[in-house]
Amino acid sequence: MEILIPVLVVLAIGVILGLGLTFADKFMSVPVDEKQTKIRECLPGANCGACGYSGCDGYAAALAAGEAEPDKCAPGGEATAKALGEVLGVKVEAQKNVAFIACGGKPGTVKEIFEYTGFKTCSAATLAGGGPIACEFGCLGFGDCMRACEFGAITMENGRPHICEDLCVACGKCVKTCPKSIISLIPKNSKPRVNCSNRKKGPAVLKSCETSCIACGMCERACESGAIKVIDNLAVIDYTLCTGCGKCKEVCPRKVIVD
Amino acid sequence: MNKVTFICSILLAGILTNNMVLSKFLGICPFLGVSKKLNTAFSMSVAVTLVMVAASAVTYPIYHYLLYPDYTYLETVVFILVIAALVQLIEMVLKKYIKPIYNALGIYLPLITTNCAVLGVTMLNIQNELDFVASLFNALAAGLGFMLAMVLFAGVRQKLDEADVPEFLKGLPITLIEAALVSLSFLGFAGIGG
Repeated sequence: MEILIPVLVVLAIGVILGLGLTFADKFMSVPVDEKQTKIRECLPGANCGACGYSGCDGYAAALAAGEAEPDKCAPGGEATAKALGEVLGVKVEAQKNVAFIACGGKPGTVKEIFEYTGFKTCSAATLAGGGPIACEFGCLGFGDCMRACEFGAITMENGRPHICEDLCVACGKCVKTCPKSIISLIPKNSKPRVNCSNRKKGPAVLKSCETSCIACGMCERACESGAIKVIDNLAVIDYTLCTGCGKCKEVCPRKVIVD
Repeated sequence: MNKVTFICSILLAGILTNNMVLSKFLGICPFLGVSKKLNTAFSMSVAVTLVMVAASAVTYPIYHYLLYPDYTYLETVVFILVIAALVQLIEMVLKKYIKPIYNALGIYLPLITTNCAVLGVTMLNIQNELDFVASLFNALAAGLGFMLAMVLFAGVRQKLDEADVPEFLKGLPITLIEAALVSLSFLGFAGIGG
Protein backbone atom coordinates (compact mmCIF):
# COMPACT_ATOMS: atom_id res chain seq x y z
CA MET A 1 0.00 0.00 0.00
CA GLU A 2 2.94 2.28 0.61
CA ILE A 3 3.49 2.71 -3.09
CA LEU A 4 -0.07 3.89 -3.66
CA ILE A 5 0.31 7.43 -2.35
CA PRO A 6 3.38 8.38 -4.43
CA VAL A 7 1.74 6.85 -7.48
CA LEU A 8 -1.39 8.90 -6.84
CA VAL A 9 0.67 12.05 -6.26
CA VAL A 10 2.50 11.70 -9.58
CA LEU A 11 -0.73 10.72 -11.33
CA ALA A 12 -2.57 13.73 -9.92
CA ILE A 13 0.19 16.12 -11.00
CA GLY A 14 0.22 14.52 -14.44
CA VAL A 15 -3.55 14.82 -14.82
CA ILE A 16 -3.58 18.43 -13.66
CA LEU A 17 -0.78 19.38 -16.07
CA GLY A 18 -2.45 17.47 -18.87
CA LEU A 19 -5.75 19.23 -18.31
CA GLY A 20 -3.93 22.54 -18.13
CA LEU A 21 -2.28 21.89 -21.48
CA THR A 22 -5.55 20.81 -23.07
CA PHE A 23 -7.12 23.98 -21.78
CA ALA A 24 -4.26 26.08 -23.13
CA ASP A 25 -4.53 24.30 -26.46
CA LYS A 26 -8.12 25.52 -26.79
CA PHE A 27 -6.94 29.11 -26.68
CA MET A 28 -3.63 28.90 -28.40
CA SER A 29 -3.83 26.14 -30.96
CA VAL A 30 -2.69 27.26 -34.37
CA PRO A 31 -4.86 25.78 -37.10
CA VAL A 32 -2.55 23.60 -39.16
CA ASP A 33 -3.00 24.02 -42.86
CA GLU A 34 -5.31 21.26 -44.10
CA LYS A 35 -3.20 20.98 -47.22
CA GLN A 36 -0.08 20.48 -45.12
CA THR A 37 -1.68 17.60 -43.23
CA LYS A 38 -2.65 15.95 -46.49
CA ILE A 39 0.83 16.42 -47.91
CA ARG A 40 2.35 14.98 -44.76
CA GLU A 41 0.22 11.85 -45.20
CA CYS A 42 1.66 11.30 -48.68
CA LEU A 43 5.25 11.37 -47.45
CA PRO A 44 6.87 8.15 -46.26
CA GLY A 45 7.79 9.54 -42.83
CA ALA A 46 11.36 8.30 -42.92
CA ASN A 47 12.68 11.76 -41.91
CA CYS A 48 15.82 11.02 -43.94
CA GLY A 49 16.45 14.63 -44.94
CA ALA A 50 17.26 13.81 -48.58
CA CYS A 51 14.88 16.58 -49.66
CA GLY A 52 17.04 19.16 -47.91
CA TYR A 53 14.51 19.94 -45.16
CA SER A 54 14.74 18.99 -41.50
CA GLY A 55 12.30 16.11 -41.91
CA CYS A 56 9.04 15.08 -43.52
CA ASP A 57 7.18 17.73 -41.50
CA GLY A 58 9.54 20.45 -42.66
CA TYR A 59 9.23 19.33 -46.27
CA ALA A 60 5.43 19.23 -45.99
CA ALA A 61 5.40 22.77 -44.60
CA ALA A 62 7.63 23.98 -47.43
CA LEU A 63 5.44 22.24 -50.01
CA ALA A 64 2.28 23.73 -48.55
CA ALA A 65 3.88 27.17 -48.67
CA GLY A 66 4.79 26.57 -52.29
CA GLU A 67 8.52 26.90 -51.61
CA ALA A 68 9.54 23.38 -52.65
CA GLU A 69 9.23 21.08 -55.63
CA PRO A 70 7.24 17.88 -55.15
CA ASP A 71 9.91 15.63 -56.65
CA LYS A 72 12.49 15.90 -53.88
CA CYS A 73 11.51 12.83 -51.86
CA ALA A 74 14.11 10.13 -52.58
CA PRO A 75 12.66 7.20 -50.59
CA GLY A 76 9.13 7.83 -51.89
CA GLY A 77 10.27 8.10 -55.48
CA GLU A 78 7.83 8.38 -58.34
CA ALA A 79 4.75 7.21 -56.43
CA THR A 80 5.17 9.89 -53.76
CA ALA A 81 5.87 12.58 -56.34
CA LYS A 82 2.64 11.69 -58.15
CA ALA A 83 0.59 11.62 -54.95
CA LEU A 84 2.04 14.99 -53.95
CA GLY A 85 1.25 16.36 -57.37
CA GLU A 86 -2.39 15.37 -56.97
CA VAL A 87 -2.69 17.08 -53.59
CA LEU A 88 -0.96 20.21 -54.85
CA GLY A 89 -2.82 20.21 -58.12
CA VAL A 90 0.38 20.23 -60.14
CA LYS A 91 1.24 17.76 -62.81
CA VAL A 92 4.50 16.18 -61.82
CA GLU A 93 6.68 14.90 -64.54
CA ALA A 94 8.18 11.86 -62.98
CA GLN A 95 11.82 12.70 -63.36
CA LYS A 96 13.94 10.01 -61.85
CA ASN A 97 17.53 10.69 -60.96
CA VAL A 98 20.16 8.00 -61.11
CA ALA A 99 23.80 7.81 -60.14
CA PHE A 100 26.24 7.86 -63.04
CA ILE A 101 29.94 7.01 -62.93
CA ALA A 102 31.71 9.23 -65.41
CA CYS A 103 34.59 6.93 -66.28
CA GLY A 104 34.92 4.40 -69.08
CA GLY A 105 38.32 3.07 -68.09
CA LYS A 106 38.61 -0.70 -67.69
CA PRO A 107 41.53 -2.90 -66.70
CA GLY A 108 43.46 -3.08 -69.97
CA THR A 109 42.23 0.17 -71.49
CA VAL A 110 43.63 2.39 -68.75
CA LYS A 111 47.36 2.26 -68.13
CA GLU A 112 48.59 0.91 -64.82
CA ILE A 113 51.59 2.74 -63.44
CA PHE A 114 52.43 0.53 -60.46
CA GLU A 115 51.26 -2.56 -58.66
CA TYR A 116 49.11 -1.68 -55.68
CA THR A 117 49.29 -4.20 -52.84
CA GLY A 118 47.65 -2.25 -50.01
CA PHE A 119 44.12 -2.40 -48.67
CA LYS A 120 41.63 -3.15 -51.41
CA THR A 121 39.55 0.01 -51.05
CA CYS A 122 39.41 3.05 -53.30
CA SER A 123 39.95 5.43 -50.40
CA ALA A 124 43.14 3.63 -49.33
CA ALA A 125 44.43 3.35 -52.90
CA THR A 126 43.82 7.06 -53.48
CA LEU A 127 46.17 7.87 -50.62
CA ALA A 128 48.94 5.93 -52.38
CA GLY A 129 49.85 8.48 -54.99
CA GLY A 130 46.31 8.75 -56.29
CA GLY A 131 46.03 5.05 -57.05
CA PRO A 132 47.69 2.58 -59.39
CA ILE A 133 46.21 3.90 -62.65
CA ALA A 134 47.72 6.59 -64.86
CA CYS A 135 44.53 8.67 -64.89
CA GLU A 136 44.07 10.66 -61.71
CA PHE A 137 40.37 11.14 -62.45
CA GLY A 138 39.66 7.49 -63.17
CA CYS A 139 37.71 4.79 -61.39
CA LEU A 140 40.01 2.58 -59.31
CA GLY A 141 37.57 -0.32 -59.25
CA PHE A 142 37.95 -1.42 -55.63
CA GLY A 143 34.22 -1.01 -55.14
CA ASP A 144 33.83 1.54 -52.33
CA CYS A 145 30.64 2.68 -54.05
CA MET A 146 29.33 -0.89 -54.24
CA ARG A 147 29.80 -1.29 -50.48
CA ALA A 148 28.18 2.09 -49.83
CA CYS A 149 25.06 1.24 -51.83
CA GLU A 150 22.30 0.01 -49.53
CA PHE A 151 20.02 -0.95 -52.37
CA GLY A 152 22.26 -3.39 -54.23
CA ALA A 153 22.19 -1.18 -57.30
CA ILE A 154 25.95 -1.30 -57.87
CA THR A 155 27.64 -4.50 -58.96
CA MET A 156 31.21 -5.14 -60.08
CA GLU A 157 31.65 -6.22 -63.66
CA ASN A 158 35.12 -6.80 -65.14
CA GLY A 159 36.71 -5.00 -62.23
CA ARG A 160 34.62 -1.85 -62.57
CA PRO A 161 31.35 -0.85 -60.89
CA HIS A 162 28.14 -1.00 -62.88
CA ILE A 163 24.99 0.84 -61.80
CA CYS A 164 21.63 -0.83 -62.30
CA GLU A 165 19.43 2.21 -62.92
CA ASP A 166 16.20 0.42 -62.05
CA LEU A 167 17.46 -0.31 -58.54
CA CYS A 168 19.11 3.09 -57.97
CA VAL A 169 17.05 5.43 -55.76
CA ALA A 170 19.46 8.36 -56.06
CA CYS A 171 20.24 8.48 -52.35
CA GLY A 172 23.67 9.91 -53.11
CA LYS A 173 25.67 7.62 -50.81
CA CYS A 174 28.02 6.49 -53.60
CA VAL A 175 28.45 10.11 -54.69
CA LYS A 176 29.77 10.99 -51.25
CA THR A 177 31.84 7.82 -50.94
CA CYS A 178 33.79 7.96 -54.22
CA PRO A 179 37.22 9.41 -53.37
CA LYS A 180 37.66 10.48 -57.00
CA SER A 181 34.32 12.35 -57.02
CA ILE A 182 33.39 10.94 -60.42
CA ILE A 183 29.90 9.76 -59.49
CA SER A 184 27.05 12.23 -59.86
CA LEU A 185 23.26 12.18 -59.78
CA ILE A 186 21.74 12.93 -63.15
CA PRO A 187 18.24 12.62 -64.62
CA LYS A 188 17.65 9.08 -65.86
CA ASN A 189 16.50 10.30 -69.27
CA SER A 190 19.59 12.43 -69.90
CA LYS A 191 21.26 10.76 -72.87
CA PRO A 192 23.86 10.65 -74.31
CA ARG A 193 26.36 11.04 -71.49
CA VAL A 194 30.04 11.90 -71.36
CA ASN A 195 31.70 8.86 -69.87
CA CYS A 196 34.94 10.50 -68.71
CA SER A 197 36.03 12.92 -65.98
CA ASN A 198 39.60 13.68 -67.07
CA ARG A 199 40.29 17.42 -67.13
CA LYS A 200 43.91 17.16 -68.21
CA LYS A 201 45.10 18.32 -71.61
CA GLY A 202 44.73 16.05 -74.61
CA PRO A 203 48.29 14.71 -75.15
CA ALA A 204 48.71 13.63 -71.53
CA VAL A 205 45.29 11.95 -71.48
CA LEU A 206 45.93 10.22 -74.78
CA LYS A 207 48.75 8.18 -73.25
CA SER A 208 47.02 7.24 -70.00
CA CYS A 209 43.70 5.80 -71.18
CA GLU A 210 42.16 4.46 -74.38
CA THR A 211 38.65 5.66 -73.61
CA SER A 212 39.27 9.20 -72.45
CA CYS A 213 38.09 12.63 -73.54
CA ILE A 214 41.04 14.37 -75.19
CA ALA A 215 39.13 17.64 -75.65
CA CYS A 216 39.47 17.50 -79.44
CA GLY A 217 36.18 19.38 -79.89
CA MET A 218 34.77 17.12 -82.63
CA CYS A 219 31.52 16.75 -80.68
CA GLU A 220 31.25 20.50 -80.22
CA ARG A 221 31.50 21.03 -83.97
CA ALA A 222 29.11 18.19 -84.79
CA CYS A 223 26.38 19.35 -82.40
CA GLU A 224 23.64 21.28 -84.21
CA SER A 225 21.93 22.62 -81.12
CA GLY A 226 25.06 23.90 -79.37
CA ALA A 227 24.44 21.67 -76.39
CA ILE A 228 27.86 20.13 -76.04
CA LYS A 229 30.87 22.24 -75.12
CA VAL A 230 34.43 21.43 -74.17
CA ILE A 231 35.00 23.06 -70.79
CA ASP A 232 38.31 22.59 -68.93
CA ASN A 233 39.44 19.96 -71.43
CA LEU A 234 36.30 17.88 -70.95
CA ALA A 235 33.12 17.65 -73.03
CA VAL A 236 30.06 18.79 -71.08
CA ILE A 237 26.46 18.38 -72.26
CA ASP A 238 23.80 20.97 -71.47
CA TYR A 239 20.64 18.85 -71.33
CA THR A 240 18.35 21.86 -71.61
CA LEU A 241 19.61 22.26 -75.20
CA CYS A 242 20.38 18.64 -76.10
CA THR A 243 17.96 17.03 -78.55
CA GLY A 244 19.41 13.56 -78.12
CA CYS A 245 20.26 13.25 -81.83
CA GLY A 246 23.42 11.30 -81.07
CA LYS A 247 25.69 13.06 -83.60
CA CYS A 248 28.31 13.72 -80.95
CA LYS A 249 28.35 10.05 -80.14
CA GLU A 250 29.04 9.17 -83.76
CA VAL A 251 31.93 11.58 -84.28
CA CYS A 252 33.72 11.02 -80.99
CA PRO A 253 37.05 9.40 -81.94
CA ARG A 254 37.55 8.01 -78.43
CA LYS A 255 34.04 6.59 -77.97
CA VAL A 256 33.68 8.57 -74.76
CA ILE A 257 30.09 9.62 -75.39
CA VAL A 258 27.71 6.80 -74.58
CA ASP A 259 24.01 6.15 -74.17
CA MET B 1 23.15 39.44 5.58
CA ASN B 2 20.08 41.41 4.62
CA LYS B 3 17.69 40.40 1.90
CA VAL B 4 18.96 42.72 -0.84
CA THR B 5 22.60 41.74 -0.57
CA PHE B 6 21.56 38.08 -0.47
CA ILE B 7 19.57 38.44 -3.72
CA CYS B 8 22.46 40.35 -5.30
CA SER B 9 24.93 37.65 -4.37
CA ILE B 10 22.57 35.01 -5.84
CA LEU B 11 22.38 36.94 -9.09
CA LEU B 12 26.14 37.48 -9.23
CA ALA B 13 26.86 33.84 -8.45
CA GLY B 14 24.32 32.55 -10.97
CA ILE B 15 25.51 34.72 -13.81
CA LEU B 16 29.27 34.73 -13.30
CA THR B 17 30.82 32.43 -10.72
CA ASN B 18 28.47 29.48 -10.92
CA ASN B 19 27.47 29.89 -14.54
CA MET B 20 25.26 26.97 -15.51
CA VAL B 21 26.97 26.22 -18.81
CA LEU B 22 30.54 27.31 -18.28
CA SER B 23 31.13 26.31 -14.65
CA LYS B 24 28.60 23.57 -13.95
CA PHE B 25 28.55 22.13 -17.50
CA LEU B 26 24.77 21.80 -17.62
CA GLY B 27 22.79 22.54 -20.77
CA ILE B 28 25.64 21.88 -23.19
CA CYS B 29 23.33 20.57 -25.94
CA PRO B 30 21.62 23.88 -26.82
CA PHE B 31 24.88 25.67 -26.00
CA LEU B 32 26.54 23.87 -28.91
CA GLY B 33 23.45 23.39 -31.04
CA VAL B 34 21.80 26.79 -31.22
CA SER B 35 24.77 29.09 -30.84
CA LYS B 36 25.51 29.46 -34.55
CA LYS B 37 23.59 32.71 -34.91
CA LEU B 38 23.35 35.52 -32.42
CA ASN B 39 19.59 36.07 -32.67
CA THR B 40 18.59 32.40 -32.34
CA ALA B 41 21.03 32.04 -29.43
CA PHE B 42 19.36 35.02 -27.77
CA SER B 43 15.79 33.82 -28.30
CA MET B 44 16.74 30.33 -27.13
CA SER B 45 18.14 31.77 -23.90
CA VAL B 46 14.98 33.83 -23.38
CA ALA B 47 12.88 30.67 -23.77
CA VAL B 48 15.14 28.73 -21.39
CA THR B 49 15.06 31.55 -18.84
CA LEU B 50 11.26 31.64 -18.98
CA VAL B 51 11.05 27.89 -18.47
CA MET B 52 13.56 28.04 -15.60
CA VAL B 53 11.69 30.75 -13.70
CA ALA B 54 8.28 29.18 -14.32
CA ALA B 55 9.57 25.73 -13.38
CA SER B 56 11.06 27.08 -10.15
CA ALA B 57 7.80 28.82 -9.29
CA VAL B 58 5.80 25.64 -9.83
CA THR B 59 8.20 23.11 -8.35
CA TYR B 60 8.77 25.05 -5.11
CA PRO B 61 5.21 24.63 -3.75
CA ILE B 62 4.98 21.10 -5.13
CA TYR B 63 8.13 20.10 -3.27
CA HIS B 64 7.42 21.87 0.00
CA TYR B 65 3.70 21.16 0.36
CA LEU B 66 3.29 17.86 -1.48
CA LEU B 67 6.52 15.91 -1.51
CA TYR B 68 8.24 17.08 1.69
CA PRO B 69 9.09 15.22 3.92
CA ASP B 70 7.92 11.73 2.93
CA TYR B 71 8.19 11.61 -0.85
CA THR B 72 11.26 13.71 -1.58
CA TYR B 73 12.63 10.87 -3.70
CA LEU B 74 9.93 11.70 -6.29
CA GLU B 75 11.68 15.03 -6.88
CA THR B 76 13.28 14.12 -10.23
CA VAL B 77 10.21 12.44 -11.73
CA VAL B 78 7.77 15.16 -10.73
CA PHE B 79 10.09 18.01 -11.70
CA ILE B 80 10.68 16.57 -15.16
CA LEU B 81 6.91 16.19 -15.57
CA VAL B 82 6.38 19.84 -14.67
CA ILE B 83 9.20 21.03 -16.94
CA ALA B 84 7.88 18.97 -19.87
CA ALA B 85 4.43 20.52 -19.48
CA LEU B 86 5.88 24.03 -19.23
CA VAL B 87 7.95 23.53 -22.36
CA GLN B 88 4.84 22.40 -24.23
CA LEU B 89 3.08 25.53 -23.04
CA ILE B 90 5.95 27.80 -24.13
CA GLU B 91 6.02 26.01 -27.48
CA MET B 92 2.31 26.72 -27.95
CA VAL B 93 2.73 30.37 -27.03
CA LEU B 94 5.67 30.81 -29.39
CA LYS B 95 3.89 29.00 -32.23
CA LYS B 96 0.86 31.19 -31.80
CA TYR B 97 2.39 34.60 -31.23
CA ILE B 98 6.05 34.60 -32.33
CA LYS B 99 6.20 32.20 -35.30
CA PRO B 100 9.69 33.25 -36.59
CA ILE B 101 11.32 32.32 -33.28
CA TYR B 102 9.40 29.03 -33.27
CA ASN B 103 10.77 28.24 -36.72
CA ALA B 104 14.31 29.35 -35.87
CA LEU B 105 14.56 27.19 -32.77
CA GLY B 106 13.14 24.11 -34.50
CA ILE B 107 13.89 20.83 -32.78
CA TYR B 108 15.81 22.56 -29.97
CA LEU B 109 12.61 24.02 -28.54
CA PRO B 110 11.01 20.75 -27.39
CA LEU B 111 14.50 19.65 -26.35
CA ILE B 112 14.46 22.28 -23.58
CA THR B 113 12.60 19.55 -21.68
CA THR B 114 15.76 17.52 -21.53
CA ASN B 115 17.97 20.55 -20.96
CA CYS B 116 19.56 19.51 -17.71
CA ALA B 117 20.21 23.16 -16.81
CA VAL B 118 16.47 23.58 -16.20
CA LEU B 119 16.17 20.49 -14.01
CA GLY B 120 19.50 21.49 -12.42
CA VAL B 121 18.17 24.87 -11.32
CA THR B 122 15.02 23.46 -9.73
CA MET B 123 16.98 20.80 -7.88
CA LEU B 124 19.70 23.23 -6.75
CA ASN B 125 16.96 25.50 -5.35
CA ILE B 126 15.88 22.64 -3.11
CA GLN B 127 19.41 21.51 -2.30
CA ASN B 128 20.53 24.99 -1.25
CA GLU B 129 17.36 25.43 0.87
CA LEU B 130 16.39 28.69 -0.80
CA ASP B 131 13.03 30.25 -0.03
CA PHE B 132 10.44 31.00 -2.72
CA VAL B 133 11.69 34.46 -3.73
CA ALA B 134 15.33 33.40 -3.62
CA SER B 135 14.45 30.39 -5.82
CA LEU B 136 12.92 32.65 -8.44
CA PHE B 137 15.98 34.90 -8.41
CA ASN B 138 18.28 31.90 -8.57
CA ALA B 139 16.39 30.66 -11.65
CA LEU B 140 16.51 34.10 -13.20
CA ALA B 141 20.25 34.31 -12.53
CA ALA B 142 20.83 30.87 -14.02
CA GLY B 143 18.81 31.87 -17.09
CA LEU B 144 20.73 35.12 -17.47
CA GLY B 145 23.99 33.22 -17.03
CA PHE B 146 22.88 30.81 -19.75
CA MET B 147 22.04 33.80 -21.94
CA LEU B 148 25.43 35.40 -21.31
CA ALA B 149 27.22 32.15 -22.20
CA MET B 150 25.10 31.64 -25.33
CA VAL B 151 25.52 35.20 -26.59
CA LEU B 152 29.26 35.25 -25.89
CA PHE B 153 29.71 31.91 -27.57
CA ALA B 154 27.61 32.89 -30.58
CA GLY B 155 29.88 35.92 -30.97
CA VAL B 156 32.97 33.73 -30.79
CA ARG B 157 31.54 31.31 -33.34
CA GLN B 158 30.60 34.06 -35.76
CA LYS B 159 34.18 35.34 -35.58
CA LEU B 160 35.49 31.85 -36.15
CA ASP B 161 33.36 31.37 -39.25
CA GLU B 162 35.78 33.65 -41.03
CA ALA B 163 38.92 32.10 -39.60
CA ASP B 164 41.02 29.61 -41.50
CA VAL B 165 40.47 26.42 -39.50
CA PRO B 166 42.59 23.34 -40.31
CA GLU B 167 40.59 20.69 -42.15
CA PHE B 168 40.68 18.11 -39.34
CA LEU B 169 39.33 20.59 -36.77
CA LYS B 170 36.43 21.90 -38.85
CA GLY B 171 32.94 21.61 -37.39
CA LEU B 172 32.44 20.17 -33.93
CA PRO B 173 36.10 19.76 -32.81
CA ILE B 174 36.91 23.46 -33.10
CA THR B 175 33.57 24.31 -31.46
CA LEU B 176 34.46 22.18 -28.45
CA ILE B 177 37.89 23.82 -28.22
CA GLU B 178 36.22 27.24 -28.31
CA ALA B 179 33.78 26.16 -25.60
CA ALA B 180 36.69 25.02 -23.44
CA LEU B 181 38.47 28.36 -23.85
CA VAL B 182 35.36 30.40 -23.03
CA SER B 183 34.76 28.16 -20.01
CA LEU B 184 38.37 28.62 -18.91
CA SER B 185 37.95 32.40 -19.02
CA PHE B 186 34.98 32.12 -16.66
CA LEU B 187 37.21 30.39 -14.11
CA GLY B 188 38.59 33.88 -13.52
CA PHE B 189 35.36 34.77 -11.70
CA ALA B 190 35.77 31.99 -9.15
CA GLY B 191 35.65 33.30 -5.61
CA ILE B 192 33.79 36.54 -6.34
CA GLY B 193 30.61 37.07 -4.35
CA GLY B 194 30.98 33.88 -2.31
